[in-house]
Amino acid sequence: MSAFAIETHGLTRRFGEFVAVRDLTFHVAQGEVFGFLGANGAGKTTAMRMLIGLLEPSDGSAQVAGYDIATDSEAVRRNIGYMSQKFSLYDDLTVQENITLYGGIYGLSNAQIAERTHALLGRIGLEHARKELVRRIPLGWKQQLALSVALLHEPKIVFLDEPTGGVDPITRRRFWELIYETAAAGTTVLVTTHYLDEAEYCDRLSIMVEGAIAAMGTPGEVKREFGVTSLDELFLQLTRPGAA
Amino acid sequence: MRVILFLMRKEFLQVFRDKATVFQIFFIPVVQLLVLSNAATFDIKRTSLAVVDEDRTTVSTGLTQRLEGGGRFRVVREQPTTAGVEFALLDREVSAVLRIPHGFEADLVRERHASLQLQVNAEEGASAGIILTAAQAVLADYTRELGMTMGAAGVVRGPVLTIATQGWFNPSRNYKHYMVPAILVSLTTIIGLLLTAQNIAREKELGTLDQLNVTPITKGQFITAKLLPFWLLSLMIFTIGLLIGKFVFGIPTRGSIPLVYLATAVYLVVALGIGLFISTFTNTQQQTMFVAFFVMLIYLLMSGLFTPVDSMPRWAQWAAEVNPVKHFAVILRAVLVKGAGWEVVARPILILAVGGVGILTLAVRKYSKQAH
Repeated sequence: MSAFAIETHGLTRRFGEFVAVRDLTFHVAQGEVFGFLGANGAGKTTAMRMLIGLLEPSDGSAQVAGYDIATDSEAVRRNIGYMSQKFSLYDDLTVQENITLYGGIYGLSNAQIAERTHALLGRIGLEHARKELVRRIPLGWKQQLALSVALLHEPKIVFLDEPTGGVDPITRRRFWELIYETAAAGTTVLVTTHYLDEAEYCDRLSIMVEGAIAAMGTPGEVKREFGVTSLDELFLQLTRPGAA
Repeated sequence: MRVILFLMRKEFLQVFRDKATVFQIFFIPVVQLLVLSNAATFDIKRTSLAVVDEDRTTVSTGLTQRLEGGGRFRVVREQPTTAGVEFALLDREVSAVLRIPHGFEADLVRERHASLQLQVNAEEGASAGIILTAAQAVLADYTRELGMTMGAAGVVRGPVLTIATQGWFNPSRNYKHYMVPAILVSLTTIIGLLLTAQNIAREKELGTLDQLNVTPITKGQFITAKLLPFWLLSLMIFTIGLLIGKFVFGIPTRGSIPLVYLATAVYLVVALGIGLFISTFTNTQQQTMFVAFFVMLIYLLMSGLFTPVDSMPRWAQWAAEVNPVKHFAVILRAVLVKGAGWEVVARPILILAVGGVGILTLAVRKYSKQAH
């Protein structure tokens, strides 16, 4: 079994002539919060979709939670949680019904479902809305609920695709507290974002430009490497050469 | 197994919570069955007729009265010349024109036979044939009667031959016995197939399917959990329709009801399986609707539900052999109307069963959690 939570070698995805992800090689240690940065269309989501088994790679290989994504995809699925950038819980089910459904799918017992529902709703302060249709709760809470459901089966790795898109700064901060709590409990977190202030919260990060990794390391390391004082500056330098 | 129950529970919650879906499942089929069964008929009642009576004799006016008296024709124009009748046909003011030529009665008396002209609007093929048959029946009756009266006067001699016909299984030739099962099969097929296919397409559009695809549920679990809820709902729709057919339209139920349900249960697996299969290669509800309608239209129209398979060209008859709707229609009519038993319908039921296994295998194999 690999020492890393995620390890990729030359992972590539082409759509016809277009190369969405080019020769991606990186690794993420267990318990790390790893940030995937990049402009829209840089290939962050495509890379993530290959790692969680929603998209077939054109080339290269990857191990997730110690399992090969090409040959052992079902074992990968048992060990990961995923929150997509498009809200994907059922709007027409209640909070409790959504939790019960995913608990059931991941094979939790009824007692476990009840216990974890109580714990997770308590943590995000949503106890009062347990019987509310998901459609009726505010976006900030929906996002926190989606994260909690992705963590319901206590996966080894959780993939968050732009989890804070469209929410206010206070909710974003609250959301990152949840991410830290998750990592502190030993879960590896891979998160994509285009908010540069969020990148500072990551243990390590990579900046993707046109499908390839342009910089990688801790926030301090990458700033030193490129001789910049902020990630903002670095980001502009990488995505618009000559502008900065 | 437990996973499937959780997924099924979710489907039922969603279906019964959505008023539009409940309406679509339980109300629309009832209204359509009630309306269509009354409207979709080949029976001719009170066909509008123009009579051009150039003869103006006792025999010709007697004929006109006969046509009107039978209740199947309504003489809307009666005139001595053909002026304007062509336009009346074109304008759909009349469906047929009967021309009684000058000298009709004289010919009949002198030469024992005379000619008439009947022009029928044949835009809608089948109804023209029925109008013609009805008109001939009236004419035959009338000539027989004339034969007797004139025969007594020594004008017409010889026996008058008639053929007595009797329709089996539907002696009154009630079109509802033919149409109600056809409409019932169509509605159950359309609603069941669309509900299933649209359900998955909707989850693709909403992105909720991705969330299911990253979980460890197997393809088999997924397909089963999508099939079973809609299979049960379709059986309910069928039951409601059958009850309406029986108690509102009086369609016969001569055979075994459990046999009807066995066939329906097997058939629905095929119909819904086709819906599932379609949804494995479409991405949006719009695409799904388009493909599903295209497939269903062919299946329904080539099934023999509305036009007999026996009168289709040879290639279409071969094609009907792989049409699940055709086999189900055959079974349903045989059991309900003719009271046929297992020995008669075993073969089509087995064909459907093979089809069901085939289409589900295809759907499971084609369904992929991963985009390629």
